Amino acid sequence: MAESSIHENPFQALSMLLGVAVLCALLVSVSAVKLQPRYVANLEAYRLAQLESILSALSGTAHAVAADEIESRVVELGSGRYADGIDAATFDARKAAVDPNSSTPIPPASDIAGIKRRAKHAGVFLLRDPGGRIQLIILPVRGSGYQSSLYGFLALSGDTSTVVALRFYEQGDTPGMGGRIQDPSWEALWPGKQVYDESGTVRIGVARGKVSPASVDAQHMVDGISGATRTSQGVHGLLRFWLGDSGFGPFLERVRRGEA
Amino acid sequence: MTNRYWDALTTPLIGQNPITLQILGICSALAVTTTLQTALVMSAAVTCVLALSGASVSTIRRFIPRSVRIIVQITIIASLVIIVDQMLKAFAFEISLRLSVFVGLIVTNCIVLGRAEGFAMGHGVIASTLDGIGNGLGYSLILLLVGAIREFFGHGSLFGFQILWTTAQGGGFDPLQLMLLPPSAFFIIGGIIWLIRARRPEQVDRSEFRIRGESREEGR
Repeated sequence: MAESSIHENPFQALSMLLGVAVLCALLVSVSAVKLQPRYVANLEAYRLAQLESILSALSGTAHAVAADEIESRVVELGSGRYADGIDAATFDARKAAVDPNSSTPIPPASDIAGIKRRAKHAGVFLLRDPGGRIQLIILPVRGSGYQSSLYGFLALSGDTSTVVALRFYEQGDTPGMGGRIQDPSWEALWPGKQVYDESGTVRIGVARGKVSPASVDAQHMVDGISGATRTSQGVHGLLRFWLGDSGFGPFLERVRRGEA
Repeated sequence: MTNRYWDALTTPLIGQNPITLQILGICSALAVTTTLQTALVMSAAVTCVLALSGASVSTIRRFIPRSVRIIVQITIIASLVIIVDQMLKAFAFEISLRLSVFVGLIVTNCIVLGRAEGFAMGHGVIASTLDGIGNGLGYSLILLLVGAIREFFGHGSLFGFQILWTTAQGGGFDPLQLMLLPPSAFFIIGGIIWLIRARRPEQVDRSEFRIRGESREEGR
């Protein structure tokens, strides 16, 4: 307990509190401003490392891929066409997603990814074979997990039908529970999953619990993470959203028709 | 005097350990102890915050109005935690990803507020700092112990160095999946508490009431 507090005079008490508040605010602001560039650089490096690890996952099937062979484009999501007016190198997807001029609200009924707004544009990465045909498509995906936003990359084969990899590079869900979407063992479940069924409907997703190997879902769905239903369903929702018509659907359609 | 300082530093290690005696800070002890590395970084972060909050609360203890003292303490603690969190994100990014929200949650760790209110408000700066470090070390001791047990049996490694080769790597050790899940930390901490209290019966809580029909007095 306190030995004695001499300043019970409200005026002195108030100035004391103000002093503590200002000093604390100053310390926090200075450290935030000084350390932010380092943090942003770390985050960017980590994002690039994830991108490269998706590429190296592919190197077993094709030749080893370096990051500079990758073509980086900005896509207008509504039409699926390339937005050549926007420089892919300086396109800031996060800013675009919150700026009212560059994003549109998603009606709650179709907001299965839980992101409320969607940017009109998105940066995608493409790898072409020497003949110019698309070999690999890397799409940025995001959605809501249990208590944080999930940011990741989804890599699809050139015909858009098969998952090559799914990696999350930023998430804040509970370590050991929802955080396991970053476990290599869970990431390993994704390669080879089929995005569409015969009728062309998006069927990829995350099951509630385990997928029975005998069911038709086995080629589309992966096992949910036990103890992390909300995160698992968040991943399910974001995949369905971004591969659907309000996400990259129109763009992928153009890729399949060979127009991209 | 020296002796008092020494006591402030060493009694929280086992005699007054914040986790095993006062049962505080359990949440983070469950969450960050799947590997030794995360346990070590978390321990360092908590020890830092404890020492600095003890020092700063003690420095201004005579000027804190009694009626709002908890708010002042929380303001100081929260600021320190934010700074520690930002430091980790800037200089130990990979680990900060794995610790995620738990560094921020040091604010709500009852050990920190408990020491600020229970010790630093009534003791000098040096004693309060040492008390903070001592409690931090007591917390660290348990975290590292639990982390070592969980990483060894859950991954077959210590600090990331493989000691037992798991079956997945072609060895003969089948990792205990339970060790990677939070409940295992409950069992381990429970076991540690039991061991300490078996050795030091004075730490055993007295029963608050007796269950009707129970004939013998038992500790909880």
